[in-house]
Amino acid sequence: MEKVLLKNIDNPNSADINEYKRVGGYRSLPKAFEDKPQEITEMVKKSGLRGRGGAGFPVAMKWLFACADTKFPKYLLCNADEGEPGTFKDRPILEKNPHLLIEGMVISGYAIGAQYGYIYLRGEYPGAYHILNRAIAQAYENNLLGDNILGKGIKFHLVVHRGAGAYICGEETALIESLEGNKGQPRMRPPFPVNVGVFAKPTVVNNVETLSNIPLIIEIGGEEYSKIGSPDCPGLKLYCVSGYVEKPGVYELPMGTILRDIIYKHCGGIKDGKNLKAVIPGGITTPVLPPDKIDCPMDFVNMPKHGSMLGSGAVIVMDETVCLVRVCHRTLKFLEHESCGKCTPCREGTGWLRSILERIENGAGVEGDIELLLSVSGNMLGKTFCPLGDGAASVVQNYIKHFRNEFEEHIKNGECKYE
Amino acid sequence: MLSEAAIKELNEIRQKYPDASAALLPALYIAQREFGYLGADAYEAVSNALGVPKAIARGVGTFYAMYKHKPMGRHVVQLCTNVSCMILGAEKLSDFLKNKYGLEPGGTTPDKRFSLVIMECIGACGTAPAMLLNDDFYENLTEKYIEEILEKYK
Repeated sequence: MEKVLLKNIDNPNSADINEYKRVGGYRSLPKAFEDKPQEITEMVKKSGLRGRGGAGFPVAMKWLFACADTKFPKYLLCNADEGEPGTFKDRPILEKNPHLLIEGMVISGYAIGAQYGYIYLRGEYPGAYHILNRAIAQAYENNLLGDNILGKGIKFHLVVHRGAGAYICGEETALIESLEGNKGQPRMRPPFPVNVGVFAKPTVVNNVETLSNIPLIIEIGGEEYSKIGSPDCPGLKLYCVSGYVEKPGVYELPMGTILRDIIYKHCGGIKDGKNLKAVIPGGITTPVLPPDKIDCPMDFVNMPKHGSMLGSGAVIVMDETVCLVRVCHRTLKFLEHESCGKCTPCREGTGWLRSILERIENGAGVEGDIELLLSVSGNMLGKTFCPLGDGAASVVQNYIKHFRNEFEEHIKNGECKYE
Repeated sequence: MLSEAAIKELNEIRQKYPDASAALLPALYIAQREFGYLGADAYEAVSNALGVPKAIARGVGTFYAMYKHKPMGRHVVQLCTNVSCMILGAEKLSDFLKNKYGLEPGGTTPDKRFSLVIMECIGACGTAPAMLLNDDFYENLTEKYIEEILEKYK
């Protein structure tokens, strides 16, 4: 199938508005304006599109909740805080195809009645910041943003807001707090952002990839779109693959592509012909899978049935040379650093888990440490304010579940045998 | 004190939000650029410019990893060591920077040419190991390649 999200990105001028128009861009926007906003939402509902940020929430449902709220103005926020380690799927859209995102946002804003949009961009993408600002300026010049878009009396303004290095801001309520100029700590729900979001107004937060699917849905219609990929979770998906594969990178494939095929068919298999040891399928906080568990369709519905999650579609492939205790420790070190400190189980738990893992990896583990890890993580699960703490606990439990012998070896031998 | 140009820039940014405090993150970036890092003077300037209490500005500034709280070298090496980069050798590169340039994580070379910041994922996992040097991405790093890159930054 012809690429949609990654269309034309090998062209060095792909981020330019004229280049985007040349390959068919900005044709969905006038088409969308011919319909009523409710009809657009209906089309998105038929498409079956789910949010691509990690949670997989049905997009049209979020939109309908925001539409039903009578407070104005409404806001559309694009979550471009792509921070889940292993994830680099939004970066090519932001850097190479920014007008696709802008077109998607203007249409989405029209559908939900939002006249103001912000792109919350992670601070670690300085290049994308300049590219997006240039693209937005071009869109204003071409009357594709502003008070009277295409002379149709439709208003939508768009601003890029730079984050400053905080993983937790990928969580939508923390993102909203951060956009308001606060520490990025998640908010209690309810009220949900669709009712009381940024600046206390109804707010829809959608991921970059989600919004970039909207122009295609307008172009081919919801029903056609729903025929792409998995029947119960349709559409296009960007899978970003890193680690020990021959051809790492971002792959645009139908949702529900089998994980084994992504690794062996699309990415050319394991690097240097080594043996596969483990795969993280959706970013480092999703449950790790052993080699015999990778015949699973990579979508939001099927991955939980196979013991993991689609997450952000960030596949990290590890061969036999990788020490998984070390990877588990590094993951917890990250989560300890990124815990916002708001709730005790996460703030304290991530630190203790990291500390126990550290001594195991350094050869100072003692008998009972594995049970201690399970006990600490068990006391975190389901008791933290947001998914960060749950993620930390489940990471530890899943490494132990599938690779307990590695932990035991470290403790028994008093060393890490890997380089 | 912020420069006149910075105040003007900040006023323009301020117009993009319905609420002055929403301009705090951009304002802290501006102050960091002007002062080199966020110290007492920088927080005071931001607080005065936006009407946000100093304690709030400092609380927010210290929450986010990309705001610096001590003087940095002329060029900031931001090396990722998260999982995808780690399994492909990022920690060895960190050791290399230490041994070859005396550049410790969080430290600055005596000639103030480079500072090293260890980053969490920078979204370059498919081309790991990777780093940002100031605002530029460098990917598929090796020791030799790092030497060549650093040569370009005087």
